[in-house]
Amino acid sequence: MSALGRVVRAGVARRRVQTLVMVLTTMLSVTASIAAGGLIVASTDPFDHAFARQHGAHLAARFDGREASPGQIAATAHAASVTAAAGPFAVASASPRFEAPAGLPAGTGPALDIAGRADAGGPADRLELVTGHWLTGPGQIVLAAGDGDEAGPDALIGTRLSFPGLPGTPRLTVVGEARSVGRTADAWVVPAQIAALTPAGGTPSYEMLYRFAHAGSSAQISRDRAAVAAAVPAGSMSGAQSYLTVRAEVNRQTATFVPFILAFGVLGLVLSVLIIGIVVSGAVTAGTRRIGVLKALGLTPAQVGRAYVAQAVVPAAAGALLGVALGNLVSVPLLHQADTAYGAVSPVVAWWIDLLVPAGMLVLVVASALAPALRAAGLRTVQALAVGRTPRAGRGRTAARVAGRLPVPRAVGLGLAGPFARPARSATTWAAVALGAAGVTFAFGLATSLNRVQDGLNQNTPGQVQVTTLRRPDGGAPPNPPATAGSSATGSAAPGSGTATAGTATGNGHPGQADPAAVGRAIAAQPGTRAYFGTSFDQAHFAGVAGAVQLVAYQGDSSWGTYQMVGGHWFTGPGQAVVGHGFLTAAGARVGDTVTLVGDGRSTRVRIVGEALITGDDGKRVLTDARTLTAAGLRASPDTFSVELADGTDRATYLKTLDAALEPLGAQAGATVGGLSSTVVAIDAMAGSLTLLLIVVTGLGVLTTVVLDTRERVHDLGVLKALGMAPRQTAVMVVTSAGWIGAVAGLVGVPAGMALHARVLPVMAGAAGTRIPRADLAVYHAPQIACLALAGLLVATAGALLPATWAARTRTATALRTE
Amino acid sequence: MTPSAPSITTPLIDIREVRKEYDDGPPALVDLSLTVAAGEALAVLGPSGSGKSTLLNLIAGLDRPTGGTVTVDGVRVDRLGETASARYRRERIGMVFQFFNLLDDLTVTDNVLLPAQLVGAGRLQARARAAELLEHLGIARHAQAYPGRLSGGERQRVAVARALMNRPALLLADEPTGALDTASGAEVRELINELNDEGQTILLVTHDLALAGACATRTVELVDGRIARDTPGTRRTRGGSAVAR
Ligand SMILES: Nc1ncnc2c1ncn2[C@@H]1O[C@H](COP(=O)(O)OP(=O)(O)OP(=O)(O)O)[C@@H](O)[C@H]1O
Ligand SMILES: [Mg+2]
Repeated sequence: MSALGRVVRAGVARRRVQTLVMVLTTMLSVTASIAAGGLIVASTDPFDHAFARQHGAHLAARFDGREASPGQIAATAHAASVTAAAGPFAVASASPRFEAPAGLPAGTGPALDIAGRADAGGPADRLELVTGHWLTGPGQIVLAAGDGDEAGPDALIGTRLSFPGLPGTPRLTVVGEARSVGRTADAWVVPAQIAALTPAGGTPSYEMLYRFAHAGSSAQISRDRAAVAAAVPAGSMSGAQSYLTVRAEVNRQTATFVPFILAFGVLGLVLSVLIIGIVVSGAVTAGTRRIGVLKALGLTPAQVGRAYVAQAVVPAAAGALLGVALGNLVSVPLLHQADTAYGAVSPVVAWWIDLLVPAGMLVLVVASALAPALRAAGLRTVQALAVGRTPRAGRGRTAARVAGRLPVPRAVGLGLAGPFARPARSATTWAAVALGAAGVTFAFGLATSLNRVQDGLNQNTPGQVQVTTLRRPDGGAPPNPPATAGSSATGSAAPGSGTATAGTATGNGHPGQADPAAVGRAIAAQPGTRAYFGTSFDQAHFAGVAGAVQLVAYQGDSSWGTYQMVGGHWFTGPGQAVVGHGFLTAAGARVGDTVTLVGDGRSTRVRIVGEALITGDDGKRVLTDARTLTAAGLRASPDTFSVELADGTDRATYLKTLDAALEPLGAQAGATVGGLSSTVVAIDAMAGSLTLLLIVVTGLGVLTTVVLDTRERVHDLGVLKALGMAPRQTAVMVVTSAGWIGAVAGLVGVPAGMALHARVLPVMAGAAGTRIPRADLAVYHAPQIACLALAGLLVATAGALLPATWAARTRTATALRTE
Repeated sequence: MTPSAPSITTPLIDIREVRKEYDDGPPALVDLSLTVAAGEALAVLGPSGSGKSTLLNLIAGLDRPTGGTVTVDGVRVDRLGETASARYRRERIGMVFQFFNLLDDLTVTDNVLLPAQLVGAGRLQARARAAELLEHLGIARHAQAYPGRLSGGERQRVAVARALMNRPALLLADEPTGALDTASGAEVRELINELNDEGQTILLVTHDLALAGACATRTVELVDGRIARDTPGTRRTRGGSAVAR
């Protein structure tokens, strides 16, 4: 082995603590960076990535089985520009009743679009199994993995679905959940099962999935669609869904997450870089005297530089390898959370991140080691040798002098002055802790604000009881209330999937609807009713606003059950409206402006008096008094009643008697379910994991710096102990050094985190089509700020505790021999 | 801190049958017994590796003997825990080292103040005491300087001032002139003499026969961890003084 090799090997082996610190640091930094990088990559265009992976269908077309034969439909695969096709799959639409497994309430779900499909793979729209297994025969059903699986991914496996609306009430067992990137169906059964799910005399319907050579724009998709339609008898194509629609929906959903994931990711990356920088350059600087010795022995500056870089790289490489393994491990739950949020994320870290991150870290290590090594190598040998005896000439003296005058115990004073002896390292540690504190502050604000927004959204379904006047055509239970808070933030846009908003007929009463007036009288007559009002949900058009707008008309006094307001106030009479942010944007209007509602050849002017927190319908929702419509000669008949119960009324009993009274009228009463938006749940979970990661990285960063510091100052510690400094005083001194950096870092980190919160949340809200009420953003108050500022101190102190105990235990006689 | 003033007949240091073994090699001290009376200036001589520093460390409570007892000023030093031995040092012992061991980022005054601050002494009193010591040791004009700028002799004076800060019962010095030139060495020798004249009990470890001859009221020579010779010095003790006590 060469002399140089010997020096490197000795340097790595003899200085065990430093080597361990280096391994630990690189490992952590690589772990954090892989987790952060993996998440950022997963959050960029998840739909496009999933679409490529699953060979997603550019177009999902439906055909009327009476107009076109399966053979004719299959032949559309040869239409111009079709590059791949799957199908035809027979489809049926049916409403299942869930036979509850343990604990879950039984209930009827919305109608499912069920496709008969033997194979999960194929040339287009390959399904990704999320949990369970694929169909192995009849009697089984695989559900589309939804974004509302709060109960957990496996909750539905083994559940039995029955279809009471169908002859013979067929029963199916859920065996798996799968994901179609284009959301081509709500569930899948084997083709033979479809017949049993089609009502007697029902129309046979087929689905065909296509991939095209050119499908980048809606115009191209339209041409492709026309080509397919031309290949079957005219009018037999009953509908078609472009992947662009789903893509827009997913991207909107993703856009809600990207701002905060980026914020955390960047924090994590910068933190990693800082900590690597501190530790590596610190380790090399500590070796300055040894460098002097080596030079005295005849090593050239270049050789010294090489030796020290090698000394840093050997442990760093080991740490990087461990970090890659750990990073991928940590990413599993994070990516799973991202997947739940976007519904389209690959479960593993992109391979190139596993290469790029460790490579980048090693480059950083070399750079961080080279600078101080070359500086040390460039010192005249005498100077380098002198460094061990009289270090840091002049540094931190003012601080030491000031701290010496402070009316605090001397150990504390020495600790306070400590950071100034190594200003560069202390500044870096400080920055690391400040970033950590900013991360924690941001995460706290994010979670608090989102929970308030959630409460605000739940307010959109007021009252303890909801009554619906709609009857299902199959005579079954009512559909979902149109605006349950839970689904509004994440509402899926599955084509023809029964969850589409009820009441698409314009303006007027719905077929199969119970008489709203009679329902209202029944509610009023019911003992225990304190207040109630009716709402109707309809599509409406406004002059100058493209597309349909969701119009909610209130009948009765709605002042007790208003939405959470972003600005302005709730309407106080006819002619006034409260709108969502999306509507204001679409109309180019502001609160106080007047807009014109048009319908049935009539029009009426409505003044916008307030903006409410609305995430559903892209915020394109208008709330007004029903009299606004009736005054203009438009009809508004409530399809839902919200009921507030008198104090002390038992809801279960109330529901039972009211339901009995409503039964003959054809209406149904149900308890209001406080929704939990899966978006909020997912953001909370991810913010939690990421914060934990940041705290661990920060804490260990402090630990490693304090270890280095303590080892460098071991001689000074020996002197102090010889002068009679007790172990406890030594520990107090070391902890004070770090804690004080932490405290000051908290003072800067907390406002930085608050600023980040103030910037990022509106962006997230904007992506969700709303603005956030100021009250929901104002989450930081003096006690919280104080606690968060203390967090920096706490993390730094916790990181310093272990090395402080080591310092306290240093054997004085040994320390004094150290040079 | 005023230690009980023992009469000249009760020993200030009482070492009995002390043994010290390190992990490897022969024992550094072998069944060594030694008593030192208050007011004595004892020089410990001996070749390199004979166990002089080891003995000093045991007396200072910086290390523990493998066997035997060490009693200083009535305190069983060999039984003290870490915290208690730290308290013992800061209240009863002053130490001076070959390489001064001053803290480089503290001024001369702040270095000297440290022991007083560690016991939590009153601010004004401590400052007055420091100023008095610096004045007495002739380094008052360097009070606000940093140790790095001082000569070796001056630094050692600062170290001595720091050691005397809490009026220790015992001043320990390990090769106090080892890093000094002849002239500075002579200064320190004079200083030690003066202090002993003022009544300060001193135990100094040295190779420097001139130092031992000039300062010691008694000389002990170690060889291989045993006392090879114990001879009275040429100097005689004199009365007490205002500064050291
Ligand atoms: N911490 C230690 N670990 C192991 N052996 C030690 C330790 N300290 C001292 N020794 C050994 O104990 C013996 C006595 O050492 P000591 O330092 O007391 O000698 P000394 O008389 O002070 O020498 P010098 O005049 O060179 O300072 C030596 O052999 C030394 O190697
Ligand atoms: Mg020695």
